[in-house]
Amino acid sequence: MDTMPRWADVALIPLLNLLIAFVLSGLVILAIGENPIEAVETMITGALGSTYGWGYTLYYTTNFLFTGLAVSVAFHARLFNIGGEGQATLGGLGVALACLSVNWPHWLVALPVALTAAALFGAAWALIPAYFQAKRGSHIVITTIMFNFIGAALLNYMLVNVLKPAGQMEPASGNFPPGASLPTFQDIFAFTGGTLFRGAPANITFFIGVAACFLVWWLIWHTRLGYAIRSFGQSEPAAVYAGISPVKITVIAMLISGALAGAMAINNVMGEAERLVLNSVEGAGFIGIAVALMGRSHPFGVFLAALLFGFLYQGGAELSLWTSIPRELVIVVQALVILFTGALDNMVRMPVERMFIAARLARAEAKRAKPAEAAE
Amino acid sequence: MTGGGQNTGRAETAAPAIELKGISKAFGPVQANKNISIRVQPGSIHGIIGENGAGKSTLMSILYGFYKADAGEIFIKGRKTEIPNSEAAIAAGIGMVFQHFKLVQNFTVLENVVLGAEDGALLRPSLAKARDELRSLADEYELRIDPDAVIDEIGVGMQQRVEILKALYREAEILILDEPTGVLTPAEADHLFRILRGLKDQGKTIILITHKLREIMEVTDTVSVMRRGEMTATVKTAETSPEQLAELMVGRKVLLRVDKKPATPGGTVLEVENLKVRDHAGVERLKGVSLTVRAGEILGIAGVAGNGQSELLQVLGGIAHGTGSVRLNGTELDLTGRFSDGRSRRAKGIAHVPEDRQHLGLIMDFAAWENVAFGYQGDPAYNPTPWRIDNAAIRADCAGKMERFDVRPPNPLLAAKNFSGGNQQKIVLAREIERNPELLLIGQPTRGVDIGAIEFIHQRIVQLRDTGKAILLVSVELDEIMSLSDRIAVMFDGRIMGERLPGETDERELGLLMAGMDSAPGNGRPALETVGGGH
Amino acid sequence: MTVMKSILGAAATLALAAGAALAEPALIYDLGGKFDKSFNEAAFNGASRWAEETGGSFRDIELSSEAQREQALRRFAEQGFNPIVTTGFSMAGPIETVAPDYPDIKFVTIDGYVDPEKHPNVLSVLFSEHEGSYLVGMAAAMASKSGTVGFVGGMDIPLIRKFACGYAQGVKAVNPDAKVIANMTGSDPSAWNDPVKGGEITKAQIGQGADVVFAAAGGTGLGVLQTAADEGIYSIGVDSNQNYLHPGSVLTSMLKRVDNAVYDAMTAGEGLETGVAVKDLSNRGVGIALDGYNEKLMSFEALASIYDAAAKIEAGEIEVHDYSADDSCPDLQF
Repeated sequence: MDTMPRWADVALIPLLNLLIAFVLSGLVILAIGENPIEAVETMITGALGSTYGWGYTLYYTTNFLFTGLAVSVAFHARLFNIGGEGQATLGGLGVALACLSVNWPHWLVALPVALTAAALFGAAWALIPAYFQAKRGSHIVITTIMFNFIGAALLNYMLVNVLKPAGQMEPASGNFPPGASLPTFQDIFAFTGGTLFRGAPANITFFIGVAACFLVWWLIWHTRLGYAIRSFGQSEPAAVYAGISPVKITVIAMLISGALAGAMAINNVMGEAERLVLNSVEGAGFIGIAVALMGRSHPFGVFLAALLFGFLYQGGAELSLWTSIPRELVIVVQALVILFTGALDNMVRMPVERMFIAARLARAEAKRAKPAEAAE
Repeated sequence: MTGGGQNTGRAETAAPAIELKGISKAFGPVQANKNISIRVQPGSIHGIIGENGAGKSTLMSILYGFYKADAGEIFIKGRKTEIPNSEAAIAAGIGMVFQHFKLVQNFTVLENVVLGAEDGALLRPSLAKARDELRSLADEYELRIDPDAVIDEIGVGMQQRVEILKALYREAEILILDEPTGVLTPAEADHLFRILRGLKDQGKTIILITHKLREIMEVTDTVSVMRRGEMTATVKTAETSPEQLAELMVGRKVLLRVDKKPATPGGTVLEVENLKVRDHAGVERLKGVSLTVRAGEILGIAGVAGNGQSELLQVLGGIAHGTGSVRLNGTELDLTGRFSDGRSRRAKGIAHVPEDRQHLGLIMDFAAWENVAFGYQGDPAYNPTPWRIDNAAIRADCAGKMERFDVRPPNPLLAAKNFSGGNQQKIVLAREIERNPELLLIGQPTRGVDIGAIEFIHQRIVQLRDTGKAILLVSVELDEIMSLSDRIAVMFDGRIMGERLPGETDERELGLLMAGMDSAPGNGRPALETVGGGH
Repeated sequence: MTVMKSILGAAATLALAAGAALAEPALIYDLGGKFDKSFNEAAFNGASRWAEETGGSFRDIELSSEAQREQALRRFAEQGFNPIVTTGFSMAGPIETVAPDYPDIKFVTIDGYVDPEKHPNVLSVLFSEHEGSYLVGMAAAMASKSGTVGFVGGMDIPLIRKFACGYAQGVKAVNPDAKVIANMTGSDPSAWNDPVKGGEITKAQIGQGADVVFAAAGGTGLGVLQTAADEGIYSIGVDSNQNYLHPGSVLTSMLKRVDNAVYDAMTAGEGLETGVAVKDLSNRGVGIALDGYNEKLMSFEALASIYDAAAKIEAGEIEVHDYSADDSCPDLQF
């Protein structure tokens, strides 16, 4: 028997975790002499109080959707891909090369090519650690994190020596041609008069991210490949018994994971910056780990968690703008959420489980029900 | 009666060595022990028998201070005793020999015995004292052992003796042994029983936990039967029979022998020649095995665990690589290349019920229906298109299999971990047998399975044989091998020691083969103490 | 009627007060953060000086992501902050995007360049770092006994090469046979804040004979100055006056008055003149630091020739080559 009903596992526990994180954050804000209620108001109105705020929240959400899904897919195969950062960086390089190579006539033509390039570059960056894990047993956590550094160095080299227009100070590529400019929410909702989502970076990539959620859901639970990935993730020896090749599944799961992380670049590089800058990923690869953990590696959970982190990012930016709460404290709030939803999950889970068991025993006692199954 | 000899209290000679009154313990919704009371007289051997999950181990864990009982009292030598942890249990004179030994593999016997019971910060005086004590213990109880041998290099029987010595060194008066014969050859088990009787004669009290009726009948004075967390009966061993005990354990009459017709073997299905397997460390585990299995025949592989049976199943099932030759209905199987995997074997008609059902045969967190597709996820019936897997079809298939194999509860959505051991095994069997394979590999078919289900599983295996399929059975339970097999091959140290027909052999002869001794006529000497059990 | 009047009056006062509050200036720091001991902090100091002297107040923000550049610009512009001052060349792009949407707001980019034709409401403040560097290069060559001087840059970008190039020209002007060793700390932003590596590079340059080192490397420079002091050679600071850090070792500092630029922009307020402002020797935007800490290190003759050169540069008699004009340097190979 499971100890908790499913709704408690997927909804109650994360909510309690969040609540504790917010209460603690409030105490910290109080301790530095600011008003936590005002801070929450600033965050909520700033992130959700206007289409403009939503436009930023959903922009960040889109980034975290891709990296969260990337981590989730790998995690179903029990592979801890913490290289989302590097894979998204390489995805950005792919997008930049694709966008700058041709003077695109229309974004509808540019998008599929750029998306493919982003996914391919991201997947390629995941392939090498996957291969070493599968064939040589080099731990994927170590290799992917190393590839983050290599990816950063490679991008650096490409920007400084290849992509940077002459005379430009900043190590960044030139601007993409106008034909590669993706429609933002402002453009999409232009029929309402152009006032909605004004100036916000959220763009059509958000819908690609939502589609990716469905695609991952279908892949994991409705395809033979997903079945093999999950089996392998649950037990490698059992997978071998069932005739599933660990090498093949490790490589395929990482390729999909890397492709998803790489596809994030469509949002931040092609959709927002419209050129490639040095630090375009900005930790979204790592946030993806928290998002996947909090979303229990389920695409719907990932969507909600990505939304939460999108809110935290945009709300945090508003905090920096309108209060004297320092930037560092906004990071503390985000870190507390990650800590409680990811790392300290069991701290809340255990007591809640005990509560449910106690309640069930009381009910059983009351009903004088049939004896429970013998202990295993 | 010597049990009360050191007792400072006003204990009478009649005071039981150990008495439990009304012990109850629940784990979440599961009531593992319900109002259990027993009295064990000093200087006796008391058996506790019951199926897996009956609550035996929980009860002993309470006695050894691993769990705290929800209710109930423990009396040692007539005195109420609290046992909050294992230190308290040791202080109360209770010693425990676990099913899985708790020894440091690269320490010597002496170091293991002293570990945790050192007299001071310096080791040398403790070791010297222990050496003397071990010598006297060894003389007293027929527990001879080399104190300087490294644990790694001695056999399991020997290791178990070290565990017993550890308890005695800590002056245990009450010794609890949890399934002690699971890893022993029959000869080693006999030796263990001699040791236990010797301990009893010296006034020690012994509690023996087991699920094997034969051992209870052979060595105990009194026996308690547990079922579903309750103690259903306590009887004098001399006044009961295996049939009665089995009925008490299961709650209904049980057929202890397998009812089967003589085999009518057909043509050769499996031919294995000079099969060799090395493990990851490069150690040779199979050293040239040759055997054949014919259609409509069960070949039983007997042997102590760890003598190469697992590797034999693995290489035939495509999990491990090997060298030599394996032919199925005359076609050579790939043993090293890309077709030496589970998928190719299944495609050729080899089904495999693995020994380790919980780690290989099933995915415990998957629902029953997902497990029914396990290994057959590529079946066209489950895959309407190259990509999509038809979950509904698998669920329907699972429901049918559960009904035909009497899996309880018959709920395809329940996770495998929520089924009892017997029902888990039925799920695996249903999956493999209903594929109607040419050859069924089956390892430890009834390990951890309740007696009621054993009957059902044995019947299904015999039924498959009767439809003319070849079956290779591996089991460490000699009873099972004897009653199911049409031919018996005994493995020792990666080799087949000999083949016998069940009607023409007995446990003693098989036991000698299992211990690596050729049972050639006239060679009737008893098993040596230096028998090694695997590496 | 009187009641109505006073209410209206109160409302008008409120509106005025609100308007005044909203006409505050705003300052956006680059990703390095407000207290980076260098560029951004100089901007903060300039703004603070303005606030103290005028009693005004300003709003500032430290960015934490690329997407916030445009966001912060828009948010401040929408709330009516004017002018909006930004530091770092990375802000030029976002300003080009945002400025046309808020024609009444004045934007200032320090170190960035925005075309004044296309964006009439933007002031680009550029510094002639090559001129200041030329002067400290002369000082270095005159202080060097070995004839070899060093240059430690931060991140390898054209701006820093501009520093190095001006420096090398100054050195060669004094001693055409002098050797200039130029090294960059790295090619990503961490190169601005790696004092340990700065120290290592300095030691390597000393090993090659350098006895004066010019650090144009942000926080990394602190390691350069420290090592130079430890090894007993001269060093030259950058941006702010760093002479006080190691008296007797810091020969002088090349000044880049970011603080003045911010101060001037905030003082001008809404009436700020837009276009391109070049801060050079003539308007004291760049210079060389002389104070009580280093007056004994610079000989009279050295100072005389430096001032002479400065006057000639201002008069156009000496032309210091600007690396960023054609991405090349006559006196230094990168």
